[in-house]
Amino acid sequence: MELPPEANAQTVNALVRREWGRLLSSLIGSLRDFQLAEDSLQDALESALIHWQRSGLPRSPSGWLLQTARRKAIDRIRRNKNFERKSAEYAALITMEQDAPEPPEDHSIPDERLRLIFTCCHPALEEKSRIALTLRTLGGLTTREIARAFLDKEEAMAQRLVRAKQKIAAAGIPYVVPDAEALPERLASVLGVLYLIFNEGYAATSGDTYLRHSLCEEAIRLARILHALQPGEPEIMGLLALMLLHDSRRSARSNMEGHMIALEDQDRRLWHADQIAEGIELVEQALALGHAGPYQLQAAISAVHAEAPSLEATRWEEIVGLYDIFLQQQPNPVVRLNRAVAVSFAHSAEAALTELSSLNSELAGYQPFHAALADCLRRSGLLKEAQAEYGRAIELSGNPREREYLALRISKM
Amino acid sequence: MKYLALIYAATNAGPAYGTPEFGEFMKGYETATQRYRADKVLIAGEGLKPTSTATTVRVRNGKTETMDGPFAETKETLGGFYLLDCANLDEAIKYAAMIPSAKFGCVEVRPVMEY
Repeated sequence: MELPPEANAQTVNALVRREWGRLLSSLIGSLRDFQLAEDSLQDALESALIHWQRSGLPRSPSGWLLQTARRKAIDRIRRNKNFERKSAEYAALITMEQDAPEPPEDHSIPDERLRLIFTCCHPALEEKSRIALTLRTLGGLTTREIARAFLDKEEAMAQRLVRAKQKIAAAGIPYVVPDAEALPERLASVLGVLYLIFNEGYAATSGDTYLRHSLCEEAIRLARILHALQPGEPEIMGLLALMLLHDSRRSARSNMEGHMIALEDQDRRLWHADQIAEGIELVEQALALGHAGPYQLQAAISAVHAEAPSLEATRWEEIVGLYDIFLQQQPNPVVRLNRAVAVSFAHSAEAALTELSSLNSELAGYQPFHAALADCLRRSGLLKEAQAEYGRAIELSGNPREREYLALRISKM
Repeated sequence: MKYLALIYAATNAGPAYGTPEFGEFMKGYETATQRYRADKVLIAGEGLKPTSTATTVRVRNGKTETMDGPFAETKETLGGFYLLDCANLDEAIKYAAMIPSAKFGCVEVRPVMEY
């Protein structure tokens, strides 16, 4: 099959996007070297663009890429002056080449992505590096794309990635799925990274809107992969559900001018029903497993909102109950703040004010606290006090859209 | 891979000498050392006398200069070390977490250079 050049580049790019993580995870497994694996796969892609244009798509494009990348790795190891250090991997590659001269079938390529994600999210790496490395190696995003999403210079992001890969090699971070003892803590780190990627896109304080949303999509895609690799792990299901439920509101969260719209003012007909259905099903399955963790509880709360036809018709008592369980697990002031807001709708704004006043010292510099306090004061008819609190919230906000929204609240009073 | 576990703690942190807690603390070190030995990862391990006994040495223009005290005046000081031979960083972290001083101070895990 002959392919026109532009179609070929598109085919290769689409394939790369889909298969990058799996191919790279397999290569790292045999090469034990992140940088060498990435460079060799990059070499293979360049070859693919030339060869496929000339001879058409091979029968197993992924298998072709993997075999070519292994051959490129052999070349790279031979050329390297530290040849001896890689002699074991080199010998293994040669054996692999002799045993299977044909490219492997696509479906027979070993999937090592679980090992890869645990390594990329290792707590011995700096948090931002974990995010960048996960997006680069598992997501197949380019360094430029990652830099743009995080408003960093491409050069700085490239250096960060190189340093992270060097630390993995030099400090001996293993390429393994952690043992049962270490798994809960390490899984928490992986889920934390995925949620940070999602929030980087979702909380969009600045930057390219299109790229921002692609971060949300990427986080969801990676969570799906993780869910498929580690099925039945309730917190993975909880996180995936949480992200789907949040993302289902993306079209209703801002208007044409990019102004943010609060949950209570959103046009619920714009919420994406398919994502809601999937999110609810996932969180129900997860909770049925009987180990309710923080992601599942947040997803459950989000699910109650998603099911409600309006703010008034929301089952607020249920939300307060979910926050009570959440508070038992994580007794922190931010969860108490969110619970107080739920109380304001379940019972009254006055009841919520009592709870909010006890948080004053702990959350004095926290913008959402002052915004919530202002709302409850306004709804209790204490307009003068409300105005002062909206003022505090505006002072503390780093987001121009949010400041506009709060100013609108004052003018509407 | 070899890893050096550097044990840092503030001088007055941790249980005071002569208290039952101090006894527990020292027993914790014994238990850790025994475990390292049993798992065949222990190469060396020592506790250090306080920084008030330290002398810092520099050679400048061929001349040896000595100074009283540690290289850097910090709240948390180096109090001891273990040199461990582990399969990877995860194993080194697991063993480092068994060091009793990690509960109030911290342990820096550094891979040893290989030539």
